[in-house]
Amino acid sequence: MSVSTAVLSNVVRNSLFKLHNRSLAPTLLNANHSSQSSVDPESVKHLEKMASVWWNELGSMKPLHSMNSLRVPFIRDGLFSAGAANHNRKNTAKPLDGLRIVDVGCGGGLLSEPLARLGATVTGIDASLELIDVAKQHAESDLSLRGRLQYIHTLAETLAIEDEEKYDAVVSSEVIEHVQNKTYFIEQCVKLLKPKGSIFLTTVSRTTQSWLAGIIGAEDVLKIVPQGTHQWELFISPPELQAMLEQYGCITKLVHGMFYNPLTNEWRWSCSSSLSYAIHAVKTS
Amino acid sequence: MASNMSNLTKKLVLSSTTSFCNCNLIHRCWLSTSSNTHYDIVIAGGGLVGTAMACSLGSSELLSEKKILLLEGAPAKPITLKETYSNRVSAINNSSIKLFENIKIWGDIKRHRVQEVKKMQVWDACSGSLITFSDDDLSNPIAFIIENDLILWALGTRLNNVHNISVRYNAKIKDYILPKHSSCDAPQIVLENDEKLSCDLLIGADGVNSKVRSKMETIVERTDYKQMGVVATLSLSDSSNNIVAWQRFLPDGGVVALLPLSDTVSSLVWSTSTSNAKELLNLSEESFVDAVNDAFLKEHPKSPFVEALLRNLRLLPGEDMQIPPSITKVLAGSRAAFPLGNTSVSRYVNSCVALIGDAAHRVHPLAGQGVNIGFGDVQCLTKQVEQAVYQGCHIGRGSHLKEYQSERLRDTWPKMKVIHYMHSLYQTSFTPVVAMRSLGLSLVHSMPLIKKQLMMKANA
Repeated sequence: MSVSTAVLSNVVRNSLFKLHNRSLAPTLLNANHSSQSSVDPESVKHLEKMASVWWNELGSMKPLHSMNSLRVPFIRDGLFSAGAANHNRKNTAKPLDGLRIVDVGCGGGLLSEPLARLGATVTGIDASLELIDVAKQHAESDLSLRGRLQYIHTLAETLAIEDEEKYDAVVSSEVIEHVQNKTYFIEQCVKLLKPKGSIFLTTVSRTTQSWLAGIIGAEDVLKIVPQGTHQWELFISPPELQAMLEQYGCITKLVHGMFYNPLTNEWRWSCSSSLSYAIHAVKTS
Repeated sequence: MASNMSNLTKKLVLSSTTSFCNCNLIHRCWLSTSSNTHYDIVIAGGGLVGTAMACSLGSSELLSEKKILLLEGAPAKPITLKETYSNRVSAINNSSIKLFENIKIWGDIKRHRVQEVKKMQVWDACSGSLITFSDDDLSNPIAFIIENDLILWALGTRLNNVHNISVRYNAKIKDYILPKHSSCDAPQIVLENDEKLSCDLLIGADGVNSKVRSKMETIVERTDYKQMGVVATLSLSDSSNNIVAWQRFLPDGGVVALLPLSDTVSSLVWSTSTSNAKELLNLSEESFVDAVNDAFLKEHPKSPFVEALLRNLRLLPGEDMQIPPSITKVLAGSRAAFPLGNTSVSRYVNSCVALIGDAAHRVHPLAGQGVNIGFGDVQCLTKQVEQAVYQGCHIGRGSHLKEYQSERLRDTWPKMKVIHYMHSLYQTSFTPVVAMRSLGLSLVHSMPLIKKQLMMKANA
């Protein structure tokens, strides 16, 4: 395993596996106010390295980059079908203008940036301060994102205290498969949503196929994802996730299977959701 | 500029009141934007392909909020359409016409003057073998002969009505500073007066000696054909239904083509050795007309072997062969010549940069494909930029430019190879080669299905 992927997997573990270790929450409460002017040169160097890992389209994050070709239109079209986005803006460059979206577990901002470019006002949150800094640093390079995109080092439950029912959409892509207490996670995400707001999740299903492809194939054989990134026990199947969403008043609109071809680095929709899938649900009350 | 500044100040005030913009950041963004004018897209080169690119991007609803700049080195001079025909013309295929329709210039062009080509006859002076192309029963045109100036005029008129595109003439470029792969920097354009511009996507449409390309990591392969293309505007002996494009391969390795402009006027494109081209330019008008008539009509000694071969295989052209019209006059001052070569480029894109038109590929005019391939680039790149915007991607980074490159290479590379080998194949009158190429040409001519496929490829 290369140095960068080792660093990465450490960060991934730190940020995602502990995401819902609630004892972390109090120390993170002050995350917004942490001083950023006292950054020392060593950590800046480290950050740049991390940034180059997250934002290198051909590096270890490439499946997440290419997944944008599916998940961004999925969210965009979902917001139109749910009636949240203005149909007059459908053929413009900023169809999501006026909508507030929170990206829970935003990582380096791979999904937050495109959503902001589509006109939405996006808040990206992550449990890792390091990744929040990577995301902030990268967003600075694009003037068009200024004023539309903010990153906060916090957890969903912490944000939900201040921002209850403030968002038109919650997106959380490739996150819930790392979360221990999924019911609580969903509850907090839904809490952030306005009534009739949409929640979009993408994740890996818990099937034999996903164990073979996601862990044995992707981590151990092809090594396109750092080893130890995923734990199969934490994966969740579409019916389980739907039931959880329903428990908190969300009706599932769409479940769509996704298939990744590692040879071409392309994602496409698939009729089978036995590997990866995307789900769109709408909050009823 | 002033309004830009005040907008910027407004933005800064706004963002500083929100919690997520620290002082450091404000300082940096102020510095980086005060000395730079930033555009979403900058197109370097206002020739046919560059201007078409600007019109195409400007005609896209999805891109209507993008700020686009077209840089042209020449001074602004309005194109005036003259009564007489210009000597620089292009054979525009149906796919390029679709682009013209999309960017709303086809109406203007057609209203002015275009000549439909309904049939093409290509033949070999060494053997008489021939191939013709036409749509079934000559009902539909297979190409249109249009003056380059007319296309430029229509593009320029259209540009004036596109609100998000500005044009800067007399733009002398000192340097391009391109971002390294995976860096977040934007490409910079340094002008002669040290003014700096930056953009998210730089499109190099700056021709065969592209300066943008010279700054990219790309391998350029050049072949100098040691030939020149002699062009002229010619009057025909009698007014007829002038709808055929003629092209004859000559024993000295030259190719002469006659493209219809009206019932009585045609345009000449004669590719010949540099020395011969210079001679042709210096001939008196009468001698030049004789030389052109000779090039199309003079009987050259044929190899008995090749003739016998074609006859035995029943592949002699016979009644399929039509005789081109004879020329009576050359329009005074219409003669000119330009060098011919082949340039192929290994990559069309880098981070935030894409090449289009002759900057990416230059071909011999014998197939009339050059500008059409360039217009194909325009269509493909527009589609990919739209796709990037649709998905919320940064228009210069991401996979869309690579998509553009692979789609275009798949299309242009085989075409370039075919054109190059065609040219090489007709450089000799060595009997076995003449026999082979004559057989090939005649065989394809006798197989309508294959011919149709070829035409579709050329039109795609």
